Amino acid sequence: MSDLQTQMDLEQQGVLFTTINKLYNWGRRSSVWPMQFGLACCAIEMIAAAASRYDISRFGSELFRASPRQADVMIVAGTVTKKMVPQVVRLFNQMPEPRYVISMGACATSGGPFRDGYNVVRGVDLYVPVDVYIPGCPPRPEALLHSLMTLQAQIDVQALQQVRWYGDDEGVVNEFPIPVFGAEGLEVAGIPGTADPVGGTPKMPPFVSPALGGKGERDASIKALEGNQPKPMLRAGTVTIEEVGHGIAG
Amino acid sequence: MLKTEELQINIGPQHPSTHGVFRMLVTVDGETLVDLKPVFGYLHRNHEQLGEVNTYLQNMPFTDRLDYFNSMVNNHAYARTIETLAGVEVPERAQYIRVIMDELSRILNHATAMGFMLGDMGAWQTALLWGMREREKILDMFEYVSGARMMCNYCRFGGVVRDIDDWFITELKKLMQGLPHYFDDFEGLLLNSEILLARARNIGVLPKELALAYSVTGPVLRGSGVAYDIRKAEPYAVYDRFKFKVPVGTVGDVYDRFLVRIAEMRESYKILEQALEQLPDATGGFINPKVKQQSLKAPAGEAYARVESPKGELGFYVVSDGSGSAYRYKVRAPSFINLSALADMCKGYTIADVVVILGSIDIVMGEVDR
Repeated sequence: MSDLQTQMDLEQQGVLFTTINKLYNWGRRSSVWPMQFGLACCAIEMIAAAASRYDISRFGSELFRASPRQADVMIVAGTVTKKMVPQVVRLFNQMPEPRYVISMGACATSGGPFRDGYNVVRGVDLYVPVDVYIPGCPPRPEALLHSLMTLQAQIDVQALQQVRWYGDDEGVVNEFPIPVFGAEGLEVAGIPGTADPVGGTPKMPPFVSPALGGKGERDASIKALEGNQPKPMLRAGTVTIEEVGHGIAG
Repeated sequence: MLKTEELQINIGPQHPSTHGVFRMLVTVDGETLVDLKPVFGYLHRNHEQLGEVNTYLQNMPFTDRLDYFNSMVNNHAYARTIETLAGVEVPERAQYIRVIMDELSRILNHATAMGFMLGDMGAWQTALLWGMREREKILDMFEYVSGARMMCNYCRFGGVVRDIDDWFITELKKLMQGLPHYFDDFEGLLLNSEILLARARNIGVLPKELALAYSVTGPVLRGSGVAYDIRKAEPYAVYDRFKFKVPVGTVGDVYDRFLVRIAEMRESYKILEQALEQLPDATGGFINPKVKQQSLKAPAGEAYARVESPKGELGFYVVSDGSGSAYRYKVRAPSFINLSALADMCKGYTIADVVVILGSIDIVMGEVDR
């Protein structure tokens, strides 16, 4: 008789076997409370996901907390601008461990359609580590639900002996540096040359979330993109476009 | 005599009742509001600057993201501006389709906006969930014709991107059967609740003169008793062919604004009925085939076109230098201008009323900050 068979037979008799990790993760995965924090368009789809049709409470995440101190996951729903990113980092710093970040939509992930703008942050992962990215502009509510399931799967495999937020405080990154406006624009204190240029690629590598194999620190494999010059923005009038039909398919 | 001290409180930008990333610096004396200073720009996404870089067609999806509840109306206003600029004719069927989408958007917007407002008043969830329920039904229709729920990108210069078919019309008629019942139910939520009435009546009064001085438009202006609706004042598309009323309030408080929006939803329903009846057959086409969408070049000059968005007068101003993209591009966003009256609407009321008054203006930060 296999172990699983024994376990199932015993469960029928009212004897339950589990491990601390399993029990603990089961509790955590089933009540991931998001922070009630909407930035832009995606927030409306987040509300739609919480409404009766999509019903986020099936995943235990219906309790949107207005305070970061009671929240487990921050859903960055919308465009993060340079004026808003200090507040986003501050809110993330105020969340207790274990905490997770879902980057909802193209804007939060990379700047999306507004990437070329002078006031838009090209990815919230430049300032806080992101656990789950959702593509889409805006993502459908189903996509948000899928991201929650992905996050639950990430929680399932965490072991208390290995997570950085349990036990000793050594090596735990609790505070992420809050960017400030310096002489060259938005800068991260202590890191020279982190001012975000307009156009081109960001000068600093993104954070890698522990759940994605990182240590909550910036990705060392991506070198600082110093030689990268911002691309001059072309006026559209100088671009030649080939015309096909009247632009309507079918 | 006791001496009191004024206290400054910060609300936002992360606050559940600020409808986006909006921040208010509120000075209170006890619970009474003395001064309010709005701070915005947290969602400034360079819309106008990008609009001067994009080609005319490229900019269409960006207008979706201005007022993200009513992408159809934004598309319509932008398409009208470029059509005025380039002198493009629009087939009649396309005009009717645009009107149908606009009025559906209006119902959707008012349903959710009033749901949010009642939620701010303390009617937790019920009103909002009812609004979201109707929104989902309308979004299904939008998704069918445009392929996207929220960001429809549906209008093109000289028409719309896809025609509506029999399935759409049948489903729309089915959807409309349920709407009057919903309007009654929703109105009852406020009118049958003593607590909500106490929080809405004579709160956030905006006098007629002040509303005009601030250039406030839309339901906020009509709530203050001015019968101004661009669909009547300067009929665009085919609005001159429909019979509908312009509901106005008398006092200009939160209660009036709520009732105006409910009445507007009922009028939108009437317009939808008439539009479906008058809808011309497909022989005229749904788009002007002569227009080169992707390489559209407008002659040098300027154009301003406006529509009655659910939030007020939405206008686009475009200056062309004869090339394929705008030389100057400006959005007259109704939320932004309506919001400028907030401080005067709030002064003298308690701090708890501020979120209700803000909810009754119905702002969307994507449009305010652009």
